[in-house]
Amino acid sequence: MGGKMFSESAMERIEKEYKDWQEEYQKAVKKMPERLARFSTVSDLEVKALYTPADIANKHFSEEIGFPGSYPFTRGVQPTMYRVRPWTMRMFAGLGGAEDTNARFHYLIEHGETGLSTAFDFPTLMGYDAESPLARGECGKCGVAIDTVADVNRLFANINLEEVTTSMTINPPASILWAMYIANAENVGFSRKKLGGTIQNDCLKEFIAQKTLMLPPEPSLRLVVDTVEFGTREVPRWNTISISGYHIREAGSTAAQELAFTVYDGITYVEESLKRGLKVDDFAGRLSFFWNSHIDFFEEIAKMRAGRRMWAKIMKDRFKAQNPRSMMMRFHTQTAGCSLTAQEPYNNVIRTTTEGLAAVLGGTQSLHTNSLDEVYMIPSEEAARIALRTQQILAEETGVASVIDPLAGSYFVEALTDKMEAEATEYIRRLDEMGGMVAAIERDFPQMEIADASYAFQQQIERGDKVIIGVNKYPSERPELEFILKIDPELEKRQIERTQQFKDSRDKAKFAQAMGELRRRCEGKPSWENNVMPALIEAVRAGATEQEVCDLYRDVFGTYTDPGTF
Amino acid sequence: MSGNRRIRILVAKPGLDGHDRGARVIARAFRDAGFEVVYTGCHQTPEQIVSTAIQEDVDMVGLSILSGAHAYSFPKVIELLREQKADDVTVIGGGIFPLEDIPVLKQAGIREIFEPGAKLQDIIDWVRTNVKPRQEVA
Repeated sequence: MGGKMFSESAMERIEKEYKDWQEEYQKAVKKMPERLARFSTVSDLEVKALYTPADIANKHFSEEIGFPGSYPFTRGVQPTMYRVRPWTMRMFAGLGGAEDTNARFHYLIEHGETGLSTAFDFPTLMGYDAESPLARGECGKCGVAIDTVADVNRLFANINLEEVTTSMTINPPASILWAMYIANAENVGFSRKKLGGTIQNDCLKEFIAQKTLMLPPEPSLRLVVDTVEFGTREVPRWNTISISGYHIREAGSTAAQELAFTVYDGITYVEESLKRGLKVDDFAGRLSFFWNSHIDFFEEIAKMRAGRRMWAKIMKDRFKAQNPRSMMMRFHTQTAGCSLTAQEPYNNVIRTTTEGLAAVLGGTQSLHTNSLDEVYMIPSEEAARIALRTQQILAEETGVASVIDPLAGSYFVEALTDKMEAEATEYIRRLDEMGGMVAAIERDFPQMEIADASYAFQQQIERGDKVIIGVNKYPSERPELEFILKIDPELEKRQIERTQQFKDSRDKAKFAQAMGELRRRCEGKPSWENNVMPALIEAVRAGATEQEVCDLYRDVFGTYTDPGTF
Repeated sequence: MSGNRRIRILVAKPGLDGHDRGARVIARAFRDAGFEVVYTGCHQTPEQIVSTAIQEDVDMVGLSILSGAHAYSFPKVIELLREQKADDVTVIGGGIFPLEDIPVLKQAGIREIFEPGAKLQDIIDWVRTNVKPRQEVA
């Protein structure tokens, strides 16, 4: 067949030589046994000692590997990749109050970061203002505390929002934080048409893994589609969903589960947007993805390559997309927080470097590299700088960004890419059979698949089948770190007072009217006329706090609590 | 003391973080070790946790948190258990804690703190050594 990479006669010879080598190998390991009873990836996928052309003999180069920037995008979404512009160095940052995080943003930009990424504290992530009794002890701890559009103004002070792109890791309240971002940007004088960035806004993986829970699945999806619809019409440079595998993996999934559940979440968002009446090629190009880069180097690269190929096929075949951009899986990557150790924390720099390198060889569009102290606390300035420098060394010293998709054609990497795709495709078939992701979530299916995988991994650690240096091999005590971030305990009080003053100073009639219009739209049938976004921008301009809008959401749509299965 | 009752454990997640991997793994490990296990799920207030602990008549509460809000929620759980005259319930904690917070939490009445990298078997052994089924209510 045309396009195959090896001729039949070449294959015959290779297979014969392979058998000879196998005999040699067997003789050798009879004398000196292999050092492990079983060789497998961190996801427990068994790997052979050697891969040869026989493992990719049936591959069609043009149809399955091909060229960067062309369908099926296995080798990358742009034709030029890092030859023209390296990946965006986007460090996830958020600490204390808005001013503290703004100072960190400026620090990172001064040190060469090329995109912003905002981490919010838990009350903000869960839709509570600092004053909520549920927020006690949490203010500013794991990210920045944001209640109002005035906080957003302080957060992005002196940053050109038409030049830098901003990612915001926010999910159930994503529509609100985005509305605050747009309202603030326009107040400052930027145009919404020129704003670039991403809201995570991936509600499905919250039920599956991250557990930032607020509303039930159906209304959560409605709000996601509202943002997709609004972005398509009004904020054309914005990525309205970052379909995220990261948290699925951190919760303990395998690489193939991360790939499968994330791609299926993507399928669900496309289906829901089509139901609203949107045309696939109008919005699909603004969907983006977010991968975890774990410690098993080749497995991660294979997962990223397989992801691009799968998404391209799904968009073309399942959704009949025409525009190549709709078929491109553009993605952000973060190195694996769960691979880091409190013991001998400087070793985390080596882990992060390896994982960052995998993300680059996997063709990521942007990257966050974890700081060595993230297993203790959110990053200190010193540790964040080392993490950023790690990316700069990869990009500018090592030469790994000079050649596009340099591992293509590796018998092992291509075979592992196929294996990832096959495993994930099987999950997608099962999810289709279950009636889709919402039905699967209601059956606890992805949640329990992940719980099984994470428990199995933990048992491998206990037995020593998988090694974590400093933890279950060469064990070591946890030391004091010379730099560790401290959050001001007075912040909570200050934030509560500031938000109260903000509420006291707003025009009550205007506020009530804006909230009334927002409620009317929430209660109405999902449609462009009832899209929450325009009303939300008015409401936050009129002084609505994050929690006031979330309370309205919870009142209209109901709430969802963690079922607590294990 | 009842000789035939199994140790009953509540695994609980106070605070607003959703990092439940550790809680769910330890809940399974306790169950596999032969304990009776109740798991609260994420986002529980100290009040909810103590209410569940009493309702379920548990011998031990294992608190899991990774948000940094332990300085508030852990002592609060101890305080509420005392108020409910249930301070014979053993309370232990797991998660991420600044080193200097650990003695403070123990001072407040948290019997043991397990940090990242703790072995499941060590935690199970600790429970077997230190926790006995409470006197059954007549």
